[in-house]
Amino acid sequence: MTIMRPKIELLTNEYKEKIFHEAKTILQIQGVVIENSEARDLLQEEGVENEGPRYFIPDDLIEKLRVYAPSEIKLFDREGKEVIQLTQDNIHFDPGSAAIFIQDLNSGVIREALSSDYIKFSRIVDHLPYLEAHSTAIVYTDVPNDAQDWHRLYLALLNCSKPIITGTFRTESFAIMRDLLELTRTSSDKLVEKPLAIFDACPSPPLMWSNLTTQSVIDAARSGIPSEFVSMPLAGSTAPITLVGCVTQHTAESLAGLVIAQLAKKNSPIIWGGSPAVFDMKNGTTPMGAIETMMINIADVQMGKFLKLPTHAYMTLSDSKVPDAQAGFEGGMGALLAGLAGTNMISGPGMLDFESTQSLEKLIIDNEIAGMVKRLIQGIVSYDEPFAQNILKDYDPSVSLLSHPTTLQLFKKELYLPFNVDNYQIINRETRDQWKTSGETSARQRAREIAVKLSERPVREPIDDNLRKELDNIANNHLK
Amino acid sequence: MVLIMDSIYEEMAASVVELDMEKAKSLAQKALDEQLPLLEAIEKGFGEGIKRVGNLWDAGEFFLPELMRGAQVMQEAVDIITPHLEEGSRARETKGKVVMATIEGDIHTIGKTIVATMLKANGFEVIDLGADVKAEDIIAEAVKHRADLIGVSALLTTTMIGQKKIIELLEQQGIRDKFKVILGGAPVTSKWVEECKADGYAENAVAAVTKAKQLLGLS
Repeated sequence: MTIMRPKIELLTNEYKEKIFHEAKTILQIQGVVIENSEARDLLQEEGVENEGPRYFIPDDLIEKLRVYAPSEIKLFDREGKEVIQLTQDNIHFDPGSAAIFIQDLNSGVIREALSSDYIKFSRIVDHLPYLEAHSTAIVYTDVPNDAQDWHRLYLALLNCSKPIITGTFRTESFAIMRDLLELTRTSSDKLVEKPLAIFDACPSPPLMWSNLTTQSVIDAARSGIPSEFVSMPLAGSTAPITLVGCVTQHTAESLAGLVIAQLAKKNSPIIWGGSPAVFDMKNGTTPMGAIETMMINIADVQMGKFLKLPTHAYMTLSDSKVPDAQAGFEGGMGALLAGLAGTNMISGPGMLDFESTQSLEKLIIDNEIAGMVKRLIQGIVSYDEPFAQNILKDYDPSVSLLSHPTTLQLFKKELYLPFNVDNYQIINRETRDQWKTSGETSARQRAREIAVKLSERPVREPIDDNLRKELDNIANNHLK
Repeated sequence: MVLIMDSIYEEMAASVVELDMEKAKSLAQKALDEQLPLLEAIEKGFGEGIKRVGNLWDAGEFFLPELMRGAQVMQEAVDIITPHLEEGSRARETKGKVVMATIEGDIHTIGKTIVATMLKANGFEVIDLGADVKAEDIIAEAVKHRADLIGVSALLTTTMIGQKKIIELLEQQGIRDKFKVILGGAPVTSKWVEECKADGYAENAVAAVTKAKQLLGLS
């Protein structure tokens, strides 16, 4: 039995109530700009008043609809196995998305990505034990512009069996992506029964839902596909500088998404996600590794839990340009805090440079961090009482407790064993002499070796030949 | 008299550095009421202030909120004075006309807005076309306003290509030499500027002002 679940909280119940109340007031008084005509129709049918594109969503409509949003979403891998439960304080990791560059594994140069990079990336993600989900993490340039969203989902399905976090860049792409998913599950009903992908939808701060993202929410709701809201207030530029103000804005924007999704179809699965950030007051950039960014995320997750919704955050990211010490400590702090907050889906591994660059080396280092975080949140377990007395009775100085039955039985449970690939592991615990003999490598160098080795391994579950052909057909038809 | 003037100019400069909007506006009004030499008030007073703001930024003491506010204070004070400048002085006061936009497909405007505000504060006339603007429309506006400078920002590598299109269209229309073109945005590098055959880019808003002045032969 776990003695207690380690946790971090930054908001008290009193303040969650206050934030929720103010967010609803904002939606009612200041309103939210809705660009999408279908969503406008849905709101008008409910008698929601508007001034031009600005809709004033009343408190009672939010209260009426929020009970429909499910508090648990399960995700199933390509083969139909249940692998993720987005609920309570469960945590899961997926690669940060979507990068427009990749750090070349050989040269270290940051460059535009190609589809071959994404294939390799997907095959590596397939092997990383602490990333339960994949994502369409990299935008590559060797497909036409209008294929840049759906094509990633196609390659993800071919090369990795894990559930996928994805999204559209064009409204037209949703249908193609839904086809790919339904084909994989064999029918739309089966896709609803066993969700395989989540669609991200990002409102534009402050208080606006663009045509594209709103359409994605509506289309996903009607197809029974989970939507993940990624509200991204920017403290001090497109949101109040106060962290609490940012959380309030995030709550208002996300509640507007909830209303749209549940109006489109009741009981639509939605995830209370976000990618807030503070605004760097020197460079005008959006640091994902800033401690205050992480604090806003934690509070946003708490608000999601307060509303009994599955949660998500962009954490485990770094703003460093290379997988260096900054990347390690920002990524590590983010993952740890996200885990302690009980964030159901944590997107970020691999990501550098303000969500712009994916690095395989960082991805593999972050997998290790995720493993350690998962161990931490399992907490300290009480197996038996007395805790030590009986074991100590058996202590024999000549053999110590190394082969004691409890040690043998529990060491793999009690200890997090670093991920090992052909004797390479990120965490080095060798003696100095051993480390010298094995090449005096840094964590980054070992990450590179592991990336190369994993990319050469066959995927765990190769895709069925017929399914591959059918997916190829869809892709080829749309590439014409 | 010169000494008194100097101390008023110093107060004007200080009002900008201290980000004191009310003080700056009342000093601008004072310049009108007391019939001070208006162009000097702008150049030696408020203009000196914004120059100091730039220096404080370069020294790492000022941050973006202070830069933005300083530029706004400068702008509001100057706006009080400008209508009262003589025709000739008004032309002298304008450093040049800039048409700015974030390129088609891109909605990221924060960087462009900061640069536009700084350019205005430094005496440029800025026509800000906003976000998601077609290359054709940017050029049409530049022609219409007889701009000296076109500034185009892009945050996404997928939209950056629109920056190149600006130059190509200017060349096609045979009016490339009528405008200087500066590019901005996180993914923009000197290499990209070279590839586009644009005239320059800057790493931040203060550097953008320096670059604009340099391109128009003002520094």
